[in-house]
Amino acid sequence: MAEDVRMETKDLSVYYGKHPGVRGVSLPVHDREITALIGPSGCGKTTFLRALNRMHDLNPIVRVEGQVLLDGEDIYDPGVDPVLIRRRVGMVFQRPTPFPTMNIFENVVAGLRLAGVKDRKQLQQAAERALKMAALWDEVKDRLHQPAVGLSGGQQQRLSIARALAVEPEVLLMDEPTSALDPVSTQAIEDLLTRLKENVTIVIVTHNMQQAARVSDRTAFFLDGELIEFGRTEQVFTNPKDPRTEAYITGRFG
Amino acid sequence: MPNWLYQRLGDRLFAAVVVLLALGVVAAALAIVAVLYFGGREAFATFGFFGFVLGRVWDAVRGQFGAWPPLLGTLITSAAALSLAFFPALSTALFVVEFSSGRLRETVAYLIDLLAALPSVVYGLWGIFVLVPLVRDHLELPLFTWAAAHAPALLPILGPPTGIGLLSATLVLALMIVPYASALARDALELVPQSQREAMYALGATRWEVIRRVVIPYARAGIFSGVVLALARALGETMAVTMLIGNSVNLPYTLFGPASTMASLIANEFTEAEDDLHLSALIAVGFVLLLIALVTNLIATWMLRRMSHGEGRR
Repeated sequence: MAEDVRMETKDLSVYYGKHPGVRGVSLPVHDREITALIGPSGCGKTTFLRALNRMHDLNPIVRVEGQVLLDGEDIYDPGVDPVLIRRRVGMVFQRPTPFPTMNIFENVVAGLRLAGVKDRKQLQQAAERALKMAALWDEVKDRLHQPAVGLSGGQQQRLSIARALAVEPEVLLMDEPTSALDPVSTQAIEDLLTRLKENVTIVIVTHNMQQAARVSDRTAFFLDGELIEFGRTEQVFTNPKDPRTEAYITGRFG
Repeated sequence: MPNWLYQRLGDRLFAAVVVLLALGVVAAALAIVAVLYFGGREAFATFGFFGFVLGRVWDAVRGQFGAWPPLLGTLITSAAALSLAFFPALSTALFVVEFSSGRLRETVAYLIDLLAALPSVVYGLWGIFVLVPLVRDHLELPLFTWAAAHAPALLPILGPPTGIGLLSATLVLALMIVPYASALARDALELVPQSQREAMYALGATRWEVIRRVVIPYARAGIFSGVVLALARALGETMAVTMLIGNSVNLPYTLFGPASTMASLIANEFTEAEDDLHLSALIAVGFVLLLIALVTNLIATWMLRRMSHGEGRR
């Protein structure tokens, strides 16, 4: 297992107006591993995740303090273009977000079109590769030019993953990607994650502790905007150091 | 009143009132169509339907009535006003939804809505006292003198630079329909889920790319509805156009010179219509205007259905 740190936050705080959603979190994200962020609702894990690709820039009332290093460089440095950061750090949201006016193919290559790729062949290859990685290719290969909203919820979420993968991000952020899905689709996406980490570094927010235990290499437990415990998933789940972590994973609250 | 009676009676009474009112509106609409048709029957009978619609001469003195000149005027002013108004309307809507927030957003939206609330006659007055001199002195005269010196072939197209005519009427019309197109576009843009925008941003899109690839396509049906509403307004707009267009039914029209639309012709001549045929011809013009509005709406509905195909439904 690679030990290199791909991303790292240093004393990261995120404020909604005056209210701190995340407080002073320092957390390393290891290369080509799956890092799970767990914790009860409102603990700041999604807020933390969205700071990693500067999604908070879109909301003027949100203020981010501290550092987020990507390969050693702070993505919040004044000279850094958030657009370029988001190409390197992709994101999959809680609910599938297919673009309704585009067909399946156009949805997958939307990010490539942004990057200026025009070559038809190149787009087709990228779409096929991304759809195969997202385990969706066999289901949609004969209807690539049909509207994406005709897919089932699970397929739409895998399409969203394929779309994020098509631009070949270095890091993939996933915000509870299976919370709106049925068990079969959830299983498909979990299998997918394990295969994906050969190429991509993944940070996943999940409500589902079994999911974190099943898929992740490392787990971070958040409570009230603070990072309570971080370690190898096995250790966090079998031998938590902090009593609050133990209380949470044994189901005493949350 | 006992409870069971109240419930049964109340339900039926409510249903009866709703149905009656709905039928009443439908009946009123049909009555309008009937009145226009029967009122215009004499003109249609005299000239034939197509003879009337395509007739190029409207001469009340000689009893010759053809609706082609005002029909053309309506089509030209509406189409030109719509193309002038579309981008400003979309831009203001985008500004309000995508580029501003808080008080600025509310103020701009309110001011645009206010434009829609201004009475037509006020637009006409503003046109006469502000726009007409402005257009005449700073647009028409310079263009006219330039054309007279360098391109005399253009003069018959430009026409007399009096300020009162097709150009001024079209400009005011465009201004009048901007709020309609803008308000509907704004509603449609506001309905675009934030998750759609975020999904595009997350792929590495700039704000402009998000607007062009996600926001506008998502809202296109609503934007188009606004265009249709604006067009309907433009087709029927009467007062301001009558005050500014110069009211001439003599073809050919020129860019600067006087012209007329169907609505302005009716408003202008209705009180002076002496004989039955003249009156009937004016009502017949109203009937033709109704037909045009109807056809426009049918086409719009058909296009809207095609546009929303596959959107949001399984």
